[in-house]
Amino acid sequence: MQRYTWRTGLLETFLIGAALLSLVPIIGLVNVAFKAPSNTSTALQFSGPYTLDNFVTAWVDGLLGAALLNSTIITVASVALLVVIGSMVSYLIARRTESWSTGAFGIFLLGLVIPGQLSLLPLYQTMVDIGLVGTIPGLVLINVGAGLPFTVFLFTTSLRELPRDYEEAAMIDGAGPVQSFALVVFPLLRPIVGTVVILNSIAVWNSFFVPLLYLAGTGLETVPVRLYGFVGQYTANWPVIFAGLIITILPVLVAFFLLQRSVMQGFSGGVKG
Amino acid sequence: MSRTRTPRARNQRVPLWFGLPAVAVFLFVIIIPSVQGIGLSLTDWNGITDDFSFVGLDNFVRILGDPRALGALQNTLVLAIAVTVVQNALGLALALGVNSRVKSRHVLRVIFFTPVVLTPIVAGYIWGYLLSPRGTINETLDALGLGFLAQTWLGDPRFALGSICVAIIWQFAGYSMVIFLAGLQAIPAEINEAAVLDGAGPVRRFLSVTFPLINGALVISLLLTLIGSLSQFDQVMAMTGGGPGNATQTVSTSIFRIGFAAGDYPYGLALAVVMTVFVAGAAALQYRFTSRKVTF
Repeated sequence: MQRYTWRTGLLETFLIGAALLSLVPIIGLVNVAFKAPSNTSTALQFSGPYTLDNFVTAWVDGLLGAALLNSTIITVASVALLVVIGSMVSYLIARRTESWSTGAFGIFLLGLVIPGQLSLLPLYQTMVDIGLVGTIPGLVLINVGAGLPFTVFLFTTSLRELPRDYEEAAMIDGAGPVQSFALVVFPLLRPIVGTVVILNSIAVWNSFFVPLLYLAGTGLETVPVRLYGFVGQYTANWPVIFAGLIITILPVLVAFFLLQRSVMQGFSGGVKG
Repeated sequence: MSRTRTPRARNQRVPLWFGLPAVAVFLFVIIIPSVQGIGLSLTDWNGITDDFSFVGLDNFVRILGDPRALGALQNTLVLAIAVTVVQNALGLALALGVNSRVKSRHVLRVIFFTPVVLTPIVAGYIWGYLLSPRGTINETLDALGLGFLAQTWLGDPRFALGSICVAIIWQFAGYSMVIFLAGLQAIPAEINEAAVLDGAGPVRRFLSVTFPLINGALVISLLLTLIGSLSQFDQVMAMTGGGPGNATQTVSTSIFRIGFAAGDYPYGLALAVVMTVFVAGAAALQYRFTSRKVTF
């Protein structure tokens, strides 16, 4: 339709300039993280001496290894549970036609506009009472509850568009509801499972407020909570702080660059023209 | 297993227990504590013992006479409106840019989106450094001979909230971009071609063709930005912790301070109820005003 004209060239130059500007914080982050204590150059000056010591200090003194492990366990457990119980309840909502099914969907969607701050304090008290504060299962439970509204929204809307022919065929062949869901319906949901996994993984991995309340000071801290303590400890020692930040965002960035197309599609998942 | 039932009849029977785990978790984590939260905001609960008495709207009346709470509400609204407007305008501009014929469009999309996946407190710390008195922003101003514009960005009540907004917009403009991009890519090419044949210039095409057709994307992007920024906590904690003074205290950081740190639970909950009303109200209003259905 359009050809590459001088206007397009101008636009491209402008956009590349904007992209470089948008990368400045990340370029500065990497540059500072490698600077030796004797290096007085600024974040955008690329002169040595450089060192790897900041990374060693951050890794050892910051206890980042343990935090990465905690975050991984919590993220995997939360997302796996969300996929299983979220897809099951959505299957029920999408296939049963009684009026409670619409009502249940509406209540899950209400969860999208109730800020977590409202439930935070009473839930914390309940969790203290049943002894789940300061534990990984406690935090996983909260992550699953918080992630359900959007997960149910994504699964239910795509299940409603999925033709019933396959499950009916499976049932004629004698499959029960569990078999036909697990072996026929769920595999057909693969694209939306990808979206659910990506969005929830990023949300859980990055969340700060709730893990700060539940895990601070327990030794089970997740990466963001650990970083918060770490920054307090290394006030203004930016090279070490930045090395710590890089260590903790590296897994997320690597995953993003490997799966960039799916990740960006996932984030725009609610939009269908 | 009996095979006498028709497939349709059996198909109706997804067993109810399929919904049990999710409903139980959702009630336990979201619904019950939210209802408790509303109820307890009307009491003088001390957060520990179970004896408390009903005090009506006292906690809400207290908000009206509390400059700190009112300041937090005002900061939250200013931040939410500024971020929503600028982030969406920028996101739309970027989406139009990377949806054009430029050769580097795929790489540009990835670059603009990268900050979105960063942990928000990490983004907050990076910007805390850039904006510090001897940070990159002031150094760059100096190098350009504009040293007189240098500020203690996060230490000055006049600039702190605006500086936080810049950091949030930097991080999430790419999110709005991919939502608008999905909307733009769903517009059939023939519609634009028809407009070109009818003699419509680029501005006219954008206003009369493109803009009405990305309405769905607009609603979603505005809603997500507004809901997210009304409950903003992470970047504020990482950049200023609510300071200087209370210049960047938001409702979320106040709830944390009052409800948890100071132990005044019912008052923190009253603030949370006010926040819920804002979020739900904003969502409803926005949905109403921006969702004229456009089909093609």
